[in-house]
Amino acid sequence: MFRDITIGLYFPGNTIIHRLDPRIKIIIIMMFITSLFFITSFPPYILILAFILFVIYLSKVPLKHVLKGLKPLILIIVVTFLINAFLTKGEELFSIGPLTVTKEGLRQAVFMALRLIFLITGTSLLTLTTSPISLTDGIEKLLSPFKRIGVPAHELAMMMTIALRFIPTLLEETDKIMKAQMARGADFESGNILNRAKNLVPLLVPLFINAFRRADELAIAMEARCYRGGENRTRLNELKLDRKDILAISLSTLYFGFIISTRYI
Amino acid sequence: MADEIIRIENVTYQYGSGGEDNQLTAIKDISISVKRGEYLVILGHNGSGKSTLAKLMNGLLLPTKGDVYVNGMNTKDQDKIWDIRQTAGMVFQNPDNQIVATIVEEDVAFGPENQGIPPLEIRKRVDEALRIVEMYEYKKHAPHLLSGGQKQRVAIAGILAMKPDCIILDEPTAMLDPIGRIEIINTIKKLNREEKKTIVHITHYMDEAVEADRILVMEEGRIAMEGTPKEIFSQVDRIKELGLDVPQVTELAYELRKEGFDIPNDILTVEELVKVL
Repeated sequence: MFRDITIGLYFPGNTIIHRLDPRIKIIIIMMFITSLFFITSFPPYILILAFILFVIYLSKVPLKHVLKGLKPLILIIVVTFLINAFLTKGEELFSIGPLTVTKEGLRQAVFMALRLIFLITGTSLLTLTTSPISLTDGIEKLLSPFKRIGVPAHELAMMMTIALRFIPTLLEETDKIMKAQMARGADFESGNILNRAKNLVPLLVPLFINAFRRADELAIAMEARCYRGGENRTRLNELKLDRKDILAISLSTLYFGFIISTRYI
Repeated sequence: MADEIIRIENVTYQYGSGGEDNQLTAIKDISISVKRGEYLVILGHNGSGKSTLAKLMNGLLLPTKGDVYVNGMNTKDQDKIWDIRQTAGMVFQNPDNQIVATIVEEDVAFGPENQGIPPLEIRKRVDEALRIVEMYEYKKHAPHLLSGGQKQRVAIAGILAMKPDCIILDEPTAMLDPIGRIEIINTIKKLNREEKKTIVHITHYMDEAVEADRILVMEEGRIAMEGTPKEIFSQVDRIKELGLDVPQVTELAYELRKEGFDIPNDILTVEELVKVL
């Protein structure tokens, strides 16, 4: 039942987008998000759409695969659309019962829905083309200048790596415990929400106990392998910027700079 | 002494810092010396103190009384602790709980990364370590998709990449299926013979002990028996007294001898028994 959880799952490949330095990709996505919030009219959306399509084309990730990422969030998009459509005041278009749809409302609704869709597809492109490990590497490197003001960059990245490492292990364990409990008559699938939640207790207790035991053993194993925090640590694959990274970041800066500036023209 | 890699001198270890009542003495006044290049097996059933002994050997635990020396360095010396752990690498029981990274080669690189080795040298060591344990083809795989024996071999590679002189394995096969066990035992033998690593192998499987240079049998925190596999397993009655088993073939030979057959008392492998019969 847990096998199909795929939050922005990495889509392996060896295209120019995949090979870009993760730091550069994170910064470009930040610019992308910022510019998205600066847009107040429809025409710049064409530029955003063009950017997304261009990246999808370069990364060779199937369009269907990208759109699949929208599926779990469709409810949020629909709710946002409806709230905006019904609750914005202005020139009346038509009304259903006590609810009125205005011209401004409809425009706002479409606008917000598009913003959400672009936001989700844009950011999912980052996780689709960047492996979790280089993503954490990128985050660690980007945060490292803030170490001086007390941001634990290395520790955060280490925690993320370990979390990613243990997600499949813990899922497998959950599955095992569930089957063991079901073999002894536990019922996880029927009853109302309250009952179902109650039935989860015998699943969660052993899961947590095991997770703590694992954490303890992992800590000892890490110590035995000379782990002593981020000081003086080297990396197997050091991040290095090359020409394509510089080119990508320069072009993106110009592109998103232009999109942001359209607001003031 | 140059040919001695680990020396344990009159070590006692107590768990629990609370009152007198909840103190458990896991190790009682033990002295051991591990020779360089030796394949030492420590046997004992649960609670005999063998895992505690392993953790004392690389400074994960510090003795309550007595001293432990690794390559002449006292484990109580805080400045030397990382050198000690680099010299005496340790592999644990559960392969899942000692793999840190999401890609095999990243995990093998974890140790050398912690030591601050330059990237190019790490790359060399990772490739070499993965070749030794025969996991090179899997270097880009995710560890959770590997079998137990493969995961444990990755864990061993992770220790090898730190270039230790001595590898301590704390029941490395306890959680594996029979195929995984054979893989690990063959890897351990290879490390000892080809890579000249000193091996301290802790186990409760008797048939894994047959190939050792020397066996120590632990019982309630003390060393109950010591000797070569032939010396140890020829004393079938004594072994059984300690709540342990002898290898199946040895047991068969022992029973046959009791029935009056003329069979020597130091049979350890099927081949030996076949020859005698």
